[in-house]
Order: sequence, then structure tokens, then C-alpha cells
Amino acid sequence: MSAKNKAVSESFATRLLLILAAVLYVALILVLPLASVFREAFRHGVAAFAGAIAEPDAISAIKLTFTVAAISVPVNMICGVAAAWAITKHDFKGKSLLISLIDVPFSISPVVAGLMYLLLFGAQGWFGDWLLAHDIRIAFAKPGIVLATLIVTLPFVARELIPLMQAQGREEEEAALTLGAPGWRIFLWVTLPNIRWGLLYGVLLTNARAMGEFGAVSVISGHIRGETNTMPLQVEVLYNEYNFVAAFAVASLLAGLALVTLVVKTLLEWRHGDQLAAGGH
Amino acid sequence: MTITVRNVVKGFGHYPALRDVSLDIEDGAFVALLGPSGSGKTTLLRIIAGLETAESGHILFGGEEVTDKPPQNRGIGFVFQNYALFRHMTVANNIAFGLDVMKRSRRPDKVTIKARVEELLELVQLPGYGSRYPAQLSGGQRQRVALARALACEPKILLLDEPFGALDAKVRRELRNALREIHDRVGLTSIFVTHDYEEAFALADKVAILGHGKIEQYDTPEAVQTRPASDYVREFLS
Repeated sequence: MSAKNKAVSESFATRLLLILAAVLYVALILVLPLASVFREAFRHGVAAFAGAIAEPDAISAIKLTFTVAAISVPVNMICGVAAAWAITKHDFKGKSLLISLIDVPFSISPVVAGLMYLLLFGAQGWFGDWLLAHDIRIAFAKPGIVLATLIVTLPFVARELIPLMQAQGREEEEAALTLGAPGWRIFLWVTLPNIRWGLLYGVLLTNARAMGEFGAVSVISGHIRGETNTMPLQVEVLYNEYNFVAAFAVASLLAGLALVTLVVKTLLEWRHGDQLAAGGH
Repeated sequence: MTITVRNVVKGFGHYPALRDVSLDIEDGAFVALLGPSGSGKTTLLRIIAGLETAESGHILFGGEEVTDKPPQNRGIGFVFQNYALFRHMTVANNIAFGLDVMKRSRRPDKVTIKARVEELLELVQLPGYGSRYPAQLSGGQRQRVALARALACEPKILLLDEPFGALDAKVRRELRNALREIHDRVGLTSIFVTHDYEEAFALADKVAILGHGKIEQYDTPEAVQTRPASDYVREFLS
């Protein structure tokens, strides 16, 4: 909005008031608590922070978090692209059902998602005896954590791509068809380049959630220290033990990861905003 | 190459788009599919291209059955109303696409492709535009690029879906003449869809008038104008 365009602009005082209110709100709700996390983490100096991070349990939690993200992000990226491609470029029966199903993880509580897996794979669960007999551990073990994270982060890529691909339509793919291109070529040369920034955006959101997920993972993990604790779970355990420096150290690391994601996301929006606009996030 | 449409039926849900359409197009003809919106003309064109499948009926090119062939293997060129250029590719890469995706055994080498692109740019009167992107072109220029792209693989059949629909009157006339010239020079069999009967009469050798999902009349522009075959045709032309 141009400042000269008085007819459609508020008065200077009103604008100043609104901006101040917004800044104050963000500072109070967002910046201050975030800053206090870092302050607490470094309360007893850098050495204490480094010591807390270098704890074997902390390192194990960091490793587990990265492992979980490294599995769930690529899997959900591929599935998300496949789902978006099927939904927007093809017609089939049950399409709207598939769209609704993709949204399920958004609409149910993550705790319920975790419980579902516990019901299936826990010792008292449907497959509990069979799994026990074959010495396969899913609940209270890493596979369960990966599964819980997979379901919670399932919608992000597809949800980002579907509106974008719908807005782009099918004509370019149809043109490629009439020009003799095989399906995989059409995907690699026509579809993928058109959605690449939206896809990267969806992957970032997936990654942020995969690393930060608490509810679903908390139910299925069993909180075994040094084994099934991810970073968010480790923060809770440490905090409940009044080990504040360590808790905030791990928390600040998690917050740092989120901030990096935020910076990359902002850069993306700034550089390729026009192509992401259709995504509506 | 002759195009034969035999007893084609197609419906969308309960709404019949085409009911028992047959059409014989001779080699080298320039045919207009003319009709109001909803008459099924675009559907018929897309069935001929293979972009839609008919519920029943047959499509033959040069006497050969192509009904079950995917669009990739039909050897056609298709021009869309909204150009459908690959937005992330340069004009040259757009035009070369059909050649670049050929199987390695059939694909011409890079130098040949480059020369072919230059030749096509000359043909559509856009020499020197190869390094631009579609977003940097006007509507008329984009449609010229789309035409060049469709011709790159030397199809025998050119199908155009409302190719001038999104253009203003002056550009439309220019492009119309260019298209007719290219059709004659390359020796194509062309079908274009339009709802504008003046355009159809000005450009086509023969006009197929569609209404209620069937062909009401298929004849030369003069014959259609002087001897309308039905009240529907008479009404549509008035």
C-alpha cells in the first residue's frame, strides 16, 4: 500500500497504534518466552550448556530425533507428491475420500495417533502376541516412534502441493502427452519443476513437525532414557527432574532448529512467493 | 492423413456429450468443428487426440485403428486454447520438447534439434525468440510458439482447441492466415474447434456443425450457408 494513497489508508496515529499493538503482542507472546529459553540455557555459562548437551542421554535424544526426521521426511515427501499427483492430475473413484483421509492427522489429536499404534502393536494390542513371538519391537521402541511421526507429518507435503497443482491445471501435462513424452518424463520435466518451491516448503514444514512432535511420540515411546527419548521428550524428562539448565539447553537446541527452518521458509517466501501463494499457508 | 470417427459415444455422468458421432475427414483437409458451448466439440477433438476415451466407437488415422492408442503414440500435434507452454522452459526448449523426449534410437542429435527449432521459429515468424520465456511473450506470440512446438515432430495431423479464443481480433486474423499458410505448406490434415462461425467459414475447407451431441451437418462453408440441413443449423447461423 502506498503511503500517498490517503483515501484507502488509515491516519498516521491509527497505523502507529496498530503496529505498536502488533509488535507488543508478538514480543510478549513469542519473543520473550523464546528469549527466556536461551537465557535459562546459558544461565550457568557456556560450559554448563555444552556439558548438558554432551550428556550421553542428550546426545542419544538428538541422534534419535535426527534419525526419525531422516526417515519420515523422505517417506512423506514421496507419498505426498504421489498423492498430490494422483489427486490433481487424474480422475478416479474415491478421490474426495482420499483427500479427507489425508487430512485425518490434522484433525485428530496426536495423542490419539500415538494410542492407535499402541493399540495395534503394544503388548496387549492386536498384533502384540505375534510381535512378541517373533521378537519384533514396535511399541516402546524406535519403529513405533518413526510410525507415530510418519502419521503426524503425513499431510504437510500433500496439503501444500494439492492447491498449487490444482491452480496449475493439467494442460502442460496434456501438452507433454501429445508431444510423445512418457509418464516419468512428464513428471520429471514438466510437473516437478513447476512444483519445486512448493515441495521444498512442504518438506520444511514436515521436518519442523517431525523434529518437534511431542504428543504422538510421547505415547508410543515409553520414555526409555538414552533409547526412546527424542529431543522434545528429553526436555520434559529433564524438566520434571528439576534439571533446568539441561532441559533448557536441549530446548534451545530444538528452538534453534526451528529458527533455521523459519529463516529458510522466509527466504523461500520472499524469493518465490508468487509460486507458493496458491498453497495458502 | 485421413481421420475417421465411427459411432463415438461419450457421456459425463448422466449427461451425454456425444451420441453416436461419425465423421470422415479426407487427407489434407482443414476442418472446423463448429458449435455452441456444450455441444461436445472439444470433447470430440480430445477423443481424436486420445486425451479422453470414448465409451464406444472407433477412431482411425489413415485407415489404421488408433482407438486404444495413448496420445503419445498417435503422431498428432495439439494446440490448446490457453497455449499450455511449459512455463519454466525457454521458447527453444518448449519447441524442442517433442524431439528431446524421443527414444534415444530415434532422437536427432543436438545440432539437428537446434536447427529444427530455428526453422520452426522462422515458420511461425518468431526468429530470435528462442531464449525468451513464455511469460515474456504476448498472447499471439505464445500461440505461435505453441504451434511451432506442436509441429516439431512433423505430425501428419494437427488438432487445435479454440486456438484463437484468448486473442484480440487483429492478432486473431494474423494468426488465422499464418495457420492456413502453414497447413497448406506442411501438408497437414487439421481440425480446429471454434464457436465463431465467421472464423470457421473464413478458414476451413469443410465445417462440421455440432449440436445436442451429434453432427447436424458436415459440408463446405458454401453448402452449409446456402443449404442448412436442419432448423438447428439455420438457427445457429442466424
